[in-house]
Amino acid sequence: MACFIVPAAEAIVTTALRHHVNKVEAPAAAAACETPGEEKITWKRKLTWLNNMLWGGAALLMLEHIWHGEVIFAPPFLTAMRSAADTQAMLHEMATVGIGMAVLVTVVWGAMILVADRVPGLRRRLVAEGSGK
Amino acid sequence: MTLFITLAAAIAAAVIWLLKPEFARKNRIGFLALMYFGAAIMWTVDGFAALAEGEPFVELSDAAVVKDDALLGLCVVVLGILIWGIYRTVKNKFATQRNA
Repeated sequence: MACFIVPAAEAIVTTALRHHVNKVEAPAAAAACETPGEEKITWKRKLTWLNNMLWGGAALLMLEHIWHGEVIFAPPFLTAMRSAADTQAMLHEMATVGIGMAVLVTVVWGAMILVADRVPGLRRRLVAEGSGK
Repeated sequence: MTLFITLAAAIAAAVIWLLKPEFARKNRIGFLALMYFGAAIMWTVDGFAALAEGEPFVELSDAAVVKDDALLGLCVVVLGILIWGIYRTVKNKFATQRNA
């Protein structure tokens, strides 16, 4: 019913984390780029992948909820909030399906990081993309 | 059906990203692919939740539902392209200003 809200909430947290990580990482990342073979994919870049999946997925799922009449453009915005029983069902869905979505996207992101860090050609390409070369 | 169409769009974007690196870098195809993959993963979880409740993973027996889901899938792809277009334009404009 409103399961996309959970990944969107995770996206808010990871977006804030990305800003913080960028400030911490920037000087070391710049130094690493000047040493061939030392290039690494920054955590800022990796968190951007996670953000893109979470925000993008949440936006597209919101369209599905609008399509099925579960999200409207007037208060209470979520049609499930019109009755206590529906609200309970919505909260249960957010707690199960919503959290499941956020967890699976994060697990897939973890797998992406493992692959990207270990495949040299892919890592070089992603580092080059990130540095704008 | 929405899941299948979104997954097909994600795979298409990923293939372009793999085969055309320079084009993908300039046009931020990675963002488009990740957006579709994120949605596809979320709908996959939704499908498993439906299975747990005794419903089919994807409804394929009711023609009206299939048609509705297919239309939704196409709208999802179009919305994804719109969001990507705005993102690409804004990011490239900022990159140009930064380099100037």
